[in-house]
Amino acid sequence: MTPGWPLWEVFVRSRNGLAHKHVGSVHAVDATMALTNARDVYTRRSEGTSIWVVPSAAITASDPADKDALFDPAGDKIYRHPTFYDIPADVKNI
Amino acid sequence: MTASTSPDDAQSLVDYLLRLGDTTLVLSHRLSEWVGAAPTLEEEIALANVALDLLGQAQPLLARAGEVEGLGRDADGLAYLRDAWDYRNLLLVEQPNGDFAHTMLRQFLFDSYAVELWSRLATSTDATLAGIAGKAVKESAYHVGHSGEWVIRLGDGTTESARRTRDAVADLWEFTGELFATDAVDEAIAASGVAPLASELEPAWRDRVDAVFADAGLEVPTRQWMQSGGKQGRHTEHLGHVLAEMQFLPRAYPGSTW
Repeated sequence: MTPGWPLWEVFVRSRNGLAHKHVGSVHAVDATMALTNARDVYTRRSEGTSIWVVPSAAITASDPADKDALFDPAGDKIYRHPTFYDIPADVKNI
Repeated sequence: MTASTSPDDAQSLVDYLLRLGDTTLVLSHRLSEWVGAAPTLEEEIALANVALDLLGQAQPLLARAGEVEGLGRDADGLAYLRDAWDYRNLLLVEQPNGDFAHTMLRQFLFDSYAVELWSRLATSTDATLAGIAGKAVKESAYHVGHSGEWVIRLGDGTTESARRTRDAVADLWEFTGELFATDAVDEAIAASGVAPLASELEPAWRDRVDAVFADAGLEVPTRQWMQSGGKQGRHTEHLGHVLAEMQFLPRAYPGSTW
């Protein structure tokens, strides 16, 4: 379908104040085309106010085989969750 | 239609709105022919997006034409129940898709014109047209970036893509004169402040085409002779084929909905 076209990961910010969120990937020959392709594929329904594209090859991912060592130790440390505070009613997006 | 509009002015406005509405409708249909056949998934969605933008421009333009005409025809009636000789679209947009280079060059030549036209129509004395233009100018600004990028990539790409793009220029250039040709309808419509004279758009169009062609390594043709007639209902043989496909369903099953 797209022989030799590199893959790009797409991140979209839905509105100001929120973080960019990974939404998927596109094929494109360069960053300019990756941005327009991301716009056309992932923001057709007013999903975004800002787009990032990152070469998929530039992402370093953790090894799923390491997940026990990486993530299990946090499992019994509930005191790290900010659940013991009362959040004021008019604070959004927490 | 306002009470002060004379019959001649009203007819000129109807003709002008049909030219705009038919042009965007026919180009929208041409682009939708790529769906299922585009070179990449991403580009297929991009072409469908542009087609939908154009369809979204055509619908209110034709609705407004029907309203001013006052014969009870709505946008669907005008789109689906007129024959080729009643269509007023530019010849450029009815030309076949050809290869991807042809489609992108046709799109770029049109988008470069549309972005100038909509930006001026945004201050039209016809409030409906001004509203349509205010929305369309943003869409066209994106379209011309997209098609312009492709013309540069293809023209300045491989030997094969450059040859195909040069062929597209050779085939399509003769249809660009009509974009700026001015007739009695254009003059009447310009005099009433509804729209600029078509010829006024040419310098800005030419600047953009020159810049993109230079980046693409394409020569701007020096040939002067131009085709014309679409705005007066004299079309190339291709429009009939477009309409046969586009109008089949409402003509075979009148009034059907789903």
